[in-house]
Amino acid sequence: MILDLVCILFVLGGLLFFTGGSIGIIRLPDFYTRMHPAGKLDSMGSLLVIIGLFLYILKIPNLLNVLTGLKIVLIAVFVYLSSPTATHCIVDAAMRAGLEPWRK
Amino acid sequence: MWDFFLYCGIYLSLVMLLPMYRVVLGPTVFDRLMGVNAIGSKTVVLLLLIGFIYQKPDMFVDISLAYALLNFIAVVAISRFFYKRRRL
Repeated sequence: MILDLVCILFVLGGLLFFTGGSIGIIRLPDFYTRMHPAGKLDSMGSLLVIIGLFLYILKIPNLLNVLTGLKIVLIAVFVYLSSPTATHCIVDAAMRAGLEPWRK
Repeated sequence: MWDFFLYCGIYLSLVMLLPMYRVVLGPTVFDRLMGVNAIGSKTVVLLLLIGFIYQKPDMFVDISLAYALLNFIAVVAISRFFYKRRRL
């Protein structure tokens, strides 16, 4: 019961971060400023939802569920390696292609 | 708990419509690329939630991991193309 409640709290926090990132992608004025919510809040929301699902699947700890939980943690590690790399690649390509930053 | 995962999946697929606006109407091509990256990182989590809805998370975890790899490779390939081309 307590484990279910903790899982629900983690998943709802992750969905909150996803909502903030999507609203930032709509509202901000420039490509370089839009890159900020797209890069940060997506990786944080993914981490929180994945922690919640990992706690939920370890409620019945047999061998199959433990292996699936390890794969879910592997997804979290890969997201934390790949999301900043992809963000840096897009911004570097935009700077090299000559996209002007936003001025007031 | 099944209802909770179902409603979370529906809400996440509604949230994915907001970067879709930026993909369709983005002023430059980099806005579209950023929207595709945001939709892909949400889809990884959505596939995990679908696995818990169908009570088979051991199958959908593999699909989600493969989708994360594919999304990363696609974004890096397109941005390297514009890096070498040096113009929009």
